[in-house]
Parts: sequence; C-alpha cells; structure tokens
Amino acid sequence: MAVISQTDFQTRKARRKWMGRAFHGLCLLSVCIALGMLALLLAYLLIQGVTRIDWSFLTSFASRHPEQAGIKAAMLGSIYVVIVAGVVAFTLGVSTALYLEEYAARSRFARIAKLNIANLAGVPSIVYGILGLEIFVRSLSMGQSVMAGGLTLALLVLPIVIVAASEAIRAVPPSLREGSYALGATRWQVIWYMVIPQAFPGIMTGMILAVSRAIGETAPLIAMGALTFVPFTPDSPFSRFTVLPIQIFNWTSRPQEGFQEAAAAGIIVLLVILLVLNAGAVFLRNRFQNKWE
Amino acid sequence: MQNLDPILQTRGLNVYYDTKKVVTDVNLDVARNRITAIIGPSGCGKSTLLRCFNRMNDLIPSARVEGQVLFDGLDLYGPDVDPTEIRYLIGMVFQRPNPFPKSIYDNVAFGPRINGFKGDIEEVVVRSLHRAALWDEVKDRLKSSALSLSGGQQQRLCIARALAVEPRVILMDEPCSALDPIATLAIEELMRELSEHYSIIIVTHNMQQAARVSHYTAFLMVEESRVGFMVEFGESRQIFTNPEDERTEAYITGRFG
Repeated sequence: MAVISQTDFQTRKARRKWMGRAFHGLCLLSVCIALGMLALLLAYLLIQGVTRIDWSFLTSFASRHPEQAGIKAAMLGSIYVVIVAGVVAFTLGVSTALYLEEYAARSRFARIAKLNIANLAGVPSIVYGILGLEIFVRSLSMGQSVMAGGLTLALLVLPIVIVAASEAIRAVPPSLREGSYALGATRWQVIWYMVIPQAFPGIMTGMILAVSRAIGETAPLIAMGALTFVPFTPDSPFSRFTVLPIQIFNWTSRPQEGFQEAAAAGIIVLLVILLVLNAGAVFLRNRFQNKWE
Repeated sequence: MQNLDPILQTRGLNVYYDTKKVVTDVNLDVARNRITAIIGPSGCGKSTLLRCFNRMNDLIPSARVEGQVLFDGLDLYGPDVDPTEIRYLIGMVFQRPNPFPKSIYDNVAFGPRINGFKGDIEEVVVRSLHRAALWDEVKDRLKSSALSLSGGQQQRLCIARALAVEPRVILMDEPCSALDPIATLAIEELMRELSEHYSIIIVTHNMQQAARVSHYTAFLMVEESRVGFMVEFGESRQIFTNPEDERTEAYITGRFG
C-alpha cells in the first residue's frame, strides 16, 4: 500500500535539488556583486589616479593650480593625527578593558560601564567632533591642533579597542591564571606576564579596526577645526593641520579634471598608508601568536 | 595519630560558598614527607578542601573559609598572612595539565622569576627537570614550546614548575585523571620519589591509586544536606583493608561512589 506514489516522490526530489542549486547560485552571485563593485572601484581609482602619483605630488602642498597640487600637508597631518589617536586609544582602551575584565569583573559598575561603552560605538562621529571642539580645543586650550584632533579621534575609536581587548582578555583560559597564582604570583604579575601576552593578538586586531576607522574620518575633524587648505607641514603637536579625507573631499568638489585626478591619487595614498599601518599591526600580532602555538 | 609528624593541620575547617556550607568541621593532620590521599565520592568537597591549603579559594569571590590551617604552627588564614607569600611553599598541580604557552625553559623559570629569585635560574631549571623525571626527554629542546609535549610530559613539566620554587608541600588535584595508564604510573613512581623530600597531598577518585601510592588516607563524604565532612582518617594500609567506619567500607568496596 504505497501512501506516496513513485512519481510524487521523484518530483519532490527534483525540486529539492533545483532549490539547492538556485540558493548556491544566489550566494555566489552576491559575492560576485560585492567583490565586483570593490574591484570596479579600485580599478577606477587606479586608472584615474596612479599616473598622478609622483615625488612632486607627495612633497608639494595644495595649490589653486591642479598640476601643482600635492598632498604633503594632508599626508603628514593624517599620519600624525592617527599616531596620536592610536597611542591614546591603545593605552586607555587596554587599561579600561583590563580593569573591567580583571579587577572589577563581576561588579555592577562593570556591567553598566560595558553597556554604555557598547552604545558609544554607535554614536555618530560628528558628535565626537563637537565634543572634541568643546573639551580639547576650547576648555583645555589645545587649540585646533593635531593633539586635539588626535584626542578627538581617540575617543571615537576607544569603544572599538575596549570591546576587542575585553574579548581577548576574557578568552585567556582561567587555567593559565590559576597556574600562575599557584606559583605565588601577585595579581599584577598574572596580568602583566600571562594575560596581556596571551590577549595581545586580539588587542592588535582591535587596533587594526580602530586605526582603519580613524584614518578615514572627516566630519569630526572638520567640526573641531581641521583646515582645508594648509600650505605648511604640522611641525608640533599643537600646530594646525589637515588630513587626507578632507583634502580629497576638497579636491573632488572642484570642477577641474586635474583636481579629480589628484583626488583619486590622494585616495590611493590613503589606502597605501592604511595598508602599511595594518601590516604593522598584523606583523606584531603574528609575532605574539605564532610564538608558542 | 601518635607517630604522625604533621606539617599541615586543619582545625575546625569550614568552607562556604556565599551562605551555603560545602565543607564542615574538618580536622586533618598531614604528615611530613609522606603522601596523604583524600578520597571520596564526587561533590564531597575534596578539591575545595585541598585548595584551602594554599589559599586558592581566595580567588573565588563567593568562597569563605572559617577555622585554622596550621603550617608548621603558623595559621595560614591569620590576619597578617599574604597568600602570595605562602603559595610557592605549598605548590599545586592541577587536574588538567596547564603548561604556559611558553618554552619548556620559560615554564620552569616562571616561578623563580616572579618570586624575584636572584641566583642562577638555569641551574634551578635543570635541577627541577631532573627532579620531575623529565630532563632526559627534554634536555635537547628546552627552548621548544611546552605545548608540544605529551599529556604525561606536560604534567611532569607542571610538577617541575612547582618544584622550581622549592616548596615544602605539593598539592595534587587528581593529577592523573587526564592521563593514560602508562603516564599515570610514571607520575605515581615520581610521587614516591618526591615524598622523600616533600610532603604530598593527593586528591583522587581512583581508590586503587590511593591504596598504591599513599601512606595516609582521609575519606570524605556528603550526606543529604550536601555538606562534605571527613568520615575517617588513618594509615592507608588500615583504611583499605580494615576500615573502622562502615561508610568507609561501603565506599571502598564500591557499594556507592
């Protein structure tokens, strides 16, 4: 007594196979579209801008004349600001994560703090710009300087570093801590000699994300007073500055074709700097990771 | 116990997790340079009791210890005692080997370094590896990762690590339960050698091991209230052949556990 006839059964099987193939195809198509757009963008950039990159482009200041425009000021400004932001975000972020995960682990304070930090990650970046303007530029009288800009960006990326560092610290196995304590280590020694080295790769990942975010930020820096046209290199942490995204934006809003090419070239330089910084962090991360695994 | 020369003694030891009592009124003498086994069914508080001896329960925020633990007369839970100062004297080996993700050399050197040892660390490392019966197997690769060792070797490395800081007592919390039988025998052999110079307390759920290896045995149990207490303590020979308490007899003959 067949409840399901043979032909019914065959149809179902054929349909399932077809659905499987269609889904596979859909996923593949999505990947192609996403990667294709990126590839297209990169290709367009390279075509437009790579010819424009030469030594004079890298060492000249901006200019009203498209042929003479260079990104020296913007490039140095970006590098300095990102270094300040990176150092401050790393120090504050890792210390905060250590406090929340090691010293105050199960306290109510830690729970509230972590909730708020996660929320801070979603705050629009312009808000940090206004915050930076009020606190660093005005109240602390740093002026519209590299230092103020770097600190503003440090606050912006701080939640990223804290979250990544917290995850990394939490992932350190309790057995390693116990083993250290059992040998007579103090809490500080356990953290410094065991937890931090183990968590370092995860912390570096957080730094990569943070630096990548910081280097591309425009709105908060404009809000706290970064310039658009800078005919000098920032010579001290308290000098005024501009950054690559601002310079690029400035050029794209000009009508001349020469400036469009300069903008594309500027983007390429920005990407290269980003790649170099990330490579540095990945190198550091691998050194700690491959050592003893 | 008349002839027992105690290095550690507990007096009225009670342990609580928050308000729940888990170990009640334990009075145990641990003999100097002998192996004392603590046996009992799961959940009777053996590990909790063991961790009282080196104040590792301090690391658990909800744990509270009442009573005295005397180490050559000094109360380890006295007001002026800093746990980190005594932990190297009472070393611990854990159930699952936990070598640090460093080289073999750095694992053994870790203890002396963090305790501020000023002498020749290399000499200490070599000596400790010899004492843990591991030297011959690792002498050519001291700089390689400790994680590349087998389970039994890792556990002997953990023993070497504990020995490097010159303890007087070694606490072992089911040290062989994660190891194969051959590695287990190697560790038991090592324990017998070590007991000439160190006092050893081993928690084990393997009664044959306790009978093989220990000089004295303490039997712990829980009842319905779920509080652990000591039923009987004596020379292992006597406990395993002619126990005084019928509950001890029930446990060692396998009627429960």
